[in-house]
Amino acid sequence: MLVYLGKRLVYTIPIVIGVSIVCFMLVHIAPGDPLVSVLPPDASEQLKIQMMAAYGFDRPYYEQFFKWCLRAIQGDLGTSIATGRSVTGEVLNAVRNTLLLAVVATFIGFFFGLLFGFVAGYFRNSAIDKIASILSVIGVSVPHYWLGMVLVIVFAAQLNWLPPTGAGPGGSSEWRPDWAHIRHLILPAVTMSVIPMGIVARTIRALVADILSQDFVPALRAKGLSELGIFGHVVKNAAPTALAVMGLQLGYLLGGSILIETVFSWPGTGFLLNAAIFQRDLPLLQGTILVLALFFVMLNLIVDVVQTAIDPRIQRS
Amino acid sequence: MTFVTSFLPQDPAKTAVPIEKSPGYWSGVFQRFRKDKLAIAAGVIVLLLILMAILAPLVAPMDPYAGRTIRRLRPIGTTGFPLGTDELGRDMLSRLIYGARFSLMMGVTPVIMAFGIGSLIGIVAGYVGGATNTVMMRTIDVFYAFPSVLLAVALSGALGAGIQNALVSLTVVFIPPIARVAEAVTTQVRNRDYVEAARASGANALTIIRVHVLGNVLGPIFVYATGLISVSMILASGLSFLGLGVRPPEPEWGLMLNTLRTAIYTQPYVAALPGAMIFITSISFNVLADGLRNAMDVKV
Repeated sequence: MLVYLGKRLVYTIPIVIGVSIVCFMLVHIAPGDPLVSVLPPDASEQLKIQMMAAYGFDRPYYEQFFKWCLRAIQGDLGTSIATGRSVTGEVLNAVRNTLLLAVVATFIGFFFGLLFGFVAGYFRNSAIDKIASILSVIGVSVPHYWLGMVLVIVFAAQLNWLPPTGAGPGGSSEWRPDWAHIRHLILPAVTMSVIPMGIVARTIRALVADILSQDFVPALRAKGLSELGIFGHVVKNAAPTALAVMGLQLGYLLGGSILIETVFSWPGTGFLLNAAIFQRDLPLLQGTILVLALFFVMLNLIVDVVQTAIDPRIQRS
Repeated sequence: MTFVTSFLPQDPAKTAVPIEKSPGYWSGVFQRFRKDKLAIAAGVIVLLLILMAILAPLVAPMDPYAGRTIRRLRPIGTTGFPLGTDELGRDMLSRLIYGARFSLMMGVTPVIMAFGIGSLIGIVAGYVGGATNTVMMRTIDVFYAFPSVLLAVALSGALGAGIQNALVSLTVVFIPPIARVAEAVTTQVRNRDYVEAARASGANALTIIRVHVLGNVLGPIFVYATGLISVSMILASGLSFLGLGVRPPEPEWGLMLNTLRTAIYTQPYVAALPGAMIFITSISFNVLADGLRNAMDVKV
């Protein structure tokens, strides 16, 4: 196990370096001046050079990269060009809101995904399997930003049950566990949960059907084990994969929340990315993407390690 | 078979039976696909959408760009505007028909390009193996380490809005998964006995790749890539929805969905229409890809 853990960590290091290089290069594949949003269009050449030097854009790429990495390790992701505030602070505030949304969505999606997947895999080719399969296909093919709009139309515009946008009353962006804030969370979380629901239902259905076709199941039946007992064995065998999918989905939701956050004006990382892109605030864009991507890499690492810890067969293969 | 059977006692009734050519792989695929009604229905919808895109100037009743504020946001069923009008008074039906051109192009092109580039990378890495494989696949892993939506938004956000930049970003997003599948199947095929036999009989690498590898790996990669079109449609329209892909006044479903967001209180059904088109397209591609996978009996 320790050897595996070591190997997995060593494998992660080049990925982290590669991800950092890609994030760093984002600023440099961008056309035009990185300072275009702060400088007036008629800025003098001298002012331009001064500003470039102040932000360190006049140094060679590799030097900029190392300085950027060194500061990033110390928790400093630079200064937002548009607001002049620290990128780290802005990202951390936003990540909290996105994490809340993604975690709640993952749990909702998982509950229903597991339910549909187990039922469909267990009663294969029954009517209930067909319904569950259709729901899972819908879950993976629906454009979730459109689903969000439809839910807003139905539950906010027509029925007036839930608020259409925002994270709290009066544009509050600090989340508190009271009813007013929970009401704001329902629609975006449900919208987001559809993605993991479809994928989990699909994966679990195939997995359960596969487990049930293995030799140990008739053996357990012959031994006289109850159906519930057999179900317990199926759950035990499906758990490592289910956990792995859950971890990865959480990562995908964190990184992919921008569309849903735009629909619901949710004050998270997606909202920040949106602002960064349209104000051409490249340090903010770079920092947000780096944090989200590293989150995803770490989640992958944790998922692999946990999966191996609970199912030693994976390590051997 | 003939060699073995010639030793068996001859049955006079059977000797007269003419030799039948055994049905090939593709006819088996076709037979299986034909039985899958759902996949056929999805295929028909996809064909209709493609036809609609090609024939847009002929089928669309009005000019999709001509609007008049006096008739803005008419409901579904208005005479002359069967699907209503948008926030600038343009005919929704015509815009949805023309939208198929942009949306299908934006969704399908990246997958085709990624299929070409990703297969090339994966097949070369898988066939050559060794250090080349490690370097190529670890580089691919770096891009695979980003959630797909995030990578697409990051790249097109940095490059700036526009059709070309969105297509480039989406292609970059789909190369890693395709390359990984291509590498995995190529590595498998490379170690088969027939490849070994071809190498032993003196065939050079290009001949082996052309004759033995391509024929066996392109099928699975193709099936996997078709499965990505559904995701690509959602992502491509999503980029336009964010304002990063197709730009106004072009009729693209994602962009239309975004500009109609202001109308959800006044004309909710009209506002939801472009998204319904994306949904229909995406689900049809998804079901079609599933049908292809089952018919071709591919596990990826």
